[in-house]
Amino acid sequence: MSYHADDKGYYGEFGGAFIPEMLYPNVEELRSKYLEIMYEDSFQKDFHQLLKDYVGRPSPLYFAKRLSEKHGCKIYLKREDLNHTGAHKVNNTIGQILMAKKLGKTRIIAETGAGQHGVATATVCALMGMQCIVYMGEIDIARQAPNVARMKMLGAEVRPALSGSRTLKDATNEAIRDWINNPLDTHYIIGSAIGPHPYPDMVTRFQSVISEEIKWQLQEKEGRELPDYVVACIGGGSNAAGSYYHFLDEEEVGIIAVEAAGKGIASGESAATSALGKIGIIHGCKTLLMQTDDGQITEPYSISAGLDYPGVGPMHSHLHQSGRAEFYSATDDEAMTAGLELSQLEGIIPAIETGHAFAIFQHKKFKADDIVVISLSGRGDKDLNTYIDYFKLA
Amino acid sequence: MTNRINQKLQENGKLLSIYFTAGYPSLNDTVHIIQDLEKCGVDMIEIGLPFSDPLADGPTIQKSSTAALGNGMTTERLFEQLAGIRETVSIPLIVMGYFNPMLQYGVDAFCKKCHEIGIDGLIMPDLPLNVYRSEYEEIFKKYGLINVFLITPQTSEERIRIIDEASDGFIYMVSSASVTGSKEGFGNTQTEYFERIATMNLKNPQIVGFGIKDADTFEAATKNAKGAIIGSAFIKHLTTNGISQIEAFVKSIRN
Ligand SMILES: Cc1ncc(COP(=O)(O)O)c(C=O)c1O
Repeated sequence: MSYHADDKGYYGEFGGAFIPEMLYPNVEELRSKYLEIMYEDSFQKDFHQLLKDYVGRPSPLYFAKRLSEKHGCKIYLKREDLNHTGAHKVNNTIGQILMAKKLGKTRIIAETGAGQHGVATATVCALMGMQCIVYMGEIDIARQAPNVARMKMLGAEVRPALSGSRTLKDATNEAIRDWINNPLDTHYIIGSAIGPHPYPDMVTRFQSVISEEIKWQLQEKEGRELPDYVVACIGGGSNAAGSYYHFLDEEEVGIIAVEAAGKGIASGESAATSALGKIGIIHGCKTLLMQTDDGQITEPYSISAGLDYPGVGPMHSHLHQSGRAEFYSATDDEAMTAGLELSQLEGIIPAIETGHAFAIFQHKKFKADDIVVISLSGRGDKDLNTYIDYFKLA
Repeated sequence: MTNRINQKLQENGKLLSIYFTAGYPSLNDTVHIIQDLEKCGVDMIEIGLPFSDPLADGPTIQKSSTAALGNGMTTERLFEQLAGIRETVSIPLIVMGYFNPMLQYGVDAFCKKCHEIGIDGLIMPDLPLNVYRSEYEEIFKKYGLINVFLITPQTSEERIRIIDEASDGFIYMVSSASVTGSKEGFGNTQTEYFERIATMNLKNPQIVGFGIKDADTFEAATKNAKGAIIGSAFIKHLTTNGISQIEAFVKSIRN
């Protein structure tokens, strides 16, 4: 079985490009050119140079000794939190800004939930001198204030999405509408492995540097390229897709996904798409999605803005349906507890999104000699206010 | 029997088509609005099945969709409301919506229902041409439904020809690069685009939509095209005036 996108952008029955005709020229231009552009020598050279000198890659693969002792297995942390701007998101925005330049675009739009992707986009736009407009749900603007300030300082315009649940889904709708209104000069930098083909595959390829590095780093540390498990949190699924990518065809590597259960899967306030979703169409992609029987997309909930999305990337729908990946979900409380534990055992305060991945230890027991790599997708600076409120730190 | 859309397209004169969101302003206004529009001489009606995330729509239609869903509109309810519509209404009726609600209802079941009601065509902006052709065309045809495709100023000539080939009613010509309801009048770019398409001698007539809001824009749009569709401007009229003054709106467009 293939776990990669076919030439029409399908992962099994998921994926494709369900876009209105207004978007066809832009999406088709990208589709017909992305692979060719991406694998040009000059593109690869620029991409890797920036990842090294600007982002600070390779990100360390760190053996978490105290966390390992606590949970009785060998835990390695892939330190995407140490990237410039504080999360994995920048791997993708570096790739896409170079792509936008090759396509001759001068104006960049993006959606953001937690603000990490917005910051990563505003950053590369500053780097390349391009105009940047970031759509962000009004609710998220309030709960991720530090990132809003960062985007503004970087010269981006942050436009509030005022419709629907006023979170990530709605910010994505607004960005798509902007692209319809500005079809000529604008490139839309999608922030996760979602959207119409070729976005999920393109974003995944840019993020695949994560698993590429894990392989040789693990070889250095353990004398083997393959871990027993790779664990990642899933919003749209870009850090997960990048962390899994080079292990997907190695069936002995266990793939573990952790979604946001919010207040509990059955609570009606959740974002655990694989548990609550049915196949449908969201943002141009056929995938699992939370919806009513009538096909209206429902409002998700998670304490973490970056996981607050009612769909999931098509690769992950396929990994779920085919049984290739094990899916878990962590509640707000479990993720917050896991974040506190990581802070106090390893001195690393994770993003709340990332805390969900670390909640795996509350759900699954590993064997003593299991090597478990966790994608530490981002740092927790942006979430300090939420942590302060939750743990009464002030 | 020939499809009512095709019959209507044979008639002389320019066609005025009106879009409204079913379930707005009130849940049970649907039939009244349709009957009134026909009485006022409107040629064709697009019945909007509201969707939670209408990507191709501007704020006006978004708001009416959210309100309609809040009023309790569902696919099943719309079909119930429309059940007897052919006893009183004879102009072509088109259901316009997004693909996900149709997919959840079941594409075959959805088309079958439309056929039973007497719906003549569908406009599903996010059901792309290639997917339609490979997976759903037979179902649409089986139930005698015309699928209407969109083109925009950015659509290449080559693709317009493909779309023309795949169409058997009319082509929905999106007036400018925009979501619904967002442009102010028409400028030179639009006029050139309208003329460019007119000279292509397409097999399907074109009906222009997006940005038509008054007599001037209607006239400009139909100079070359067979007709024009009004959506947001009509919804705004309903928002301000309710459903009792539909005639005044239609008269303001075309006498
Ligand atoms: C630190 C961090 N991790 C994870 C995510 C979730 O996104 P994805 O599933 O695309 O990795 C986000 C999104 O904002 C994030 O900021």
